[in-house]
Amino acid sequence: MKIVVGQGSCGIAAGANKVNEALNSELAQRNCSNHIETTGCCGTCYLEPIVDVYDDLGNKTTFVQVQAQWAKDIVDFALLGKEPETALKMAEEDHAAQRKQKKVALRNAGIINPENINDYLVREGYEAIKKCLAQMTPLQVIEEIKISGLRGRGGAGFPTWFKWNAAYQQKDKPKYIVCNGDEGDPGAFMDRSILEGDPHSVIEGMMIGGYAIGANEGILYVRAEYPLAIKRLEIAIEQARSKGLLGKNIFGSGFDFDVWIKAGAGAFVCGEETALIASLEGQRGMPRLKPPFPAQKGYWNKPTNINNVETFANIPWIYLNGGAAFAAMGTPKSKGTKVFALAGKIKKGGLVEIPMGLTLREVIFDIGGGILDDKKAKAVQMGGPSGGCIPEALFDTPVDYESITETGAIMGSGGMVVMDESTCMVGMAKFFLDFTRKESCGKCIQCRIGTKRMLEILTRITEGEGKEGDIELLEELSKRVMDGSLCALGGTAPNPVLTTLKYFRHEYEAHIRDKKCPAHSCKNLLTYEILEDKCTGCTVCAINCPTKAIAGERKQLHVIHQELCIKCGKCKSVCRFQAVEAL
Amino acid sequence: MKQCCECSNMHEQRADKIPSDFSLLYPILDKYKKKAGSLISILQKAQEIYGFLPLDVMDKIAEETGIKAPVIYGVATFYTQFRLNPIGKYLIMLCKGTACHVNGAGEIEEAVCDELKIVDGETTQDKLFTLNNVACLGCCSLSPVMMINGETHAKLTPDKARKILRDIRKNDFVENGEGSS
Repeated sequence: MKIVVGQGSCGIAAGANKVNEALNSELAQRNCSNHIETTGCCGTCYLEPIVDVYDDLGNKTTFVQVQAQWAKDIVDFALLGKEPETALKMAEEDHAAQRKQKKVALRNAGIINPENINDYLVREGYEAIKKCLAQMTPLQVIEEIKISGLRGRGGAGFPTWFKWNAAYQQKDKPKYIVCNGDEGDPGAFMDRSILEGDPHSVIEGMMIGGYAIGANEGILYVRAEYPLAIKRLEIAIEQARSKGLLGKNIFGSGFDFDVWIKAGAGAFVCGEETALIASLEGQRGMPRLKPPFPAQKGYWNKPTNINNVETFANIPWIYLNGGAAFAAMGTPKSKGTKVFALAGKIKKGGLVEIPMGLTLREVIFDIGGGILDDKKAKAVQMGGPSGGCIPEALFDTPVDYESITETGAIMGSGGMVVMDESTCMVGMAKFFLDFTRKESCGKCIQCRIGTKRMLEILTRITEGEGKEGDIELLEELSKRVMDGSLCALGGTAPNPVLTTLKYFRHEYEAHIRDKKCPAHSCKNLLTYEILEDKCTGCTVCAINCPTKAIAGERKQLHVIHQELCIKCGKCKSVCRFQAVEAL
Repeated sequence: MKQCCECSNMHEQRADKIPSDFSLLYPILDKYKKKAGSLISILQKAQEIYGFLPLDVMDKIAEETGIKAPVIYGVATFYTQFRLNPIGKYLIMLCKGTACHVNGAGEIEEAVCDELKIVDGETTQDKLFTLNNVACLGCCSLSPVMMINGETHAKLTPDKARKILRDIRKNDFVENGEGSS
């Protein structure tokens, strides 16, 4: 018997540590303290905290949204097989949503204890590198990746074999292999979950990459905002070293390899390869012109190969199951599976891993359970600040690199933020421009000043000060920012504006011409009114109004004087009869 | 309240002029100063010691490593992790990621700012709270969220956020009495 508590960042945020304490003390009372373990995120974040109970035959029962006071119930179930009175078991429909997925990069997350290397080893851990070292030449290793069709999971989707081959061809030594764990896209947390839940798979992926290109040193660049991921990586590296899986002469093959961690210091632009290298060298993370590419001149001007966390996590699986097995999943041009972070106005938010080619509708409705409160879906945002908003009408688009790019968005690292009708699309564009404006490194004028000017125009529109010609000005600025920026940050920064203009132009026009926000979200454009048939004259709104803009006698209809109203929304929030409407 | 950069803060710091204690810094410098490209790691460790990056500490790092002081200020002001001013006893990291934005982080920020009478980046007069907006805490399915001294508060509403802050203030007062912080 074994009790496993999900303690990824999301589980801990939902209260998993308190649950863990309660279970520990309950087990201690019954002298079973050694039957509890920890694991990473299994993807169903909306059900956290999650506790799995395994019986002696390995059958698993999952308890969800666990509260600390259920500890006794769960331990009773685990030890005595007594059906729980309070504790909630995972529902069949949630199990069904899991079965629609295909876990490759997430194969171990939520199952193994990430702080115990033996858990990884029993699931064929470090078998892939052993196979590569014993049976394959570096060129054969690269060839297998070519067969798999694996493309970079960080955003751009560049073929992995091509990058490896470019670094392999370089004569200069030493070479470096870098894992890009600077997951800066707000609304994406795939890489964090992989690092927290299955750190060894990333390390093993780096070892294979190192062997392929001829590097003996790996660097894990991880955001400082992910302290738990860094801690678990440190533990994993220590354990791998103590077992001789990192260090000199690995598996007696003569191949030396070791890795170290570099904590990033918070800059979105450091996801860009040349900026990341500058940051590794202790400088401001500012991109430089390519070529030379990092494969030619990277870290300390030596050949350097950079791949994303999820890319590395896929790699051991490919050698264990064959490149062809990976290529059999997905679409002709986008092979394998991809992890997405589903969030926003969605019922079942969390991590999902699906074969490429499923439609957005299948992901959002069949796996994600649909829209919160059964409202109408409006759009899904993909690719973060570099991506765009895909409208509901295009939800039958298959999820693969080419199809998503055709819509104007990008696959990106895998953030999928779902929006319903209450989300203002101009506000959404403003949100992303605010982000890129802050994160622009300042090197290129078009990016530094252009994003600021675009933000000013968007702010003006959402505040009801929009003018005729603003849309055209935004389009012109977008083009200039894209053309005049050195790196992808500036090159893609206007995408959120362009896609919302493409699909939701009428919302911009309503803001500018009618001074109305169709989503009723932009404060300055709202008009509060009291509905005659619902107002009971209870006076609560009038008492709470900070500017005394509401008049009316007790038990009589109340009226808002628009010239005094500051649109704070207090009346609407205090009314118990839903008699205040924002139009 | 918007400033083009943090230079005015630097002037404030110079005016204060309480010299920092370097004794804890030397072991860090000894470990890293010979290794090229370690500036960010040195600054991270220094911030762990002092809670922020005092000017004289950055000058000391410049002196010991041979990296020019303007380069060090350049790095310290480039990355969002580094702070040039001390923070309050409770650091509020308010998530402004996409998922939190869609689920109402703006209203949470308004409530926090109104409750504490500060804006993003500022510290309350009693030095109890500092508010920092952050890009994403990675708890997207529990949005909107804020983290206070490492503890995550999930699925916030404006009223819930106000209550959390009031409770912290009340408990702090009970534990330490007035004016302790």
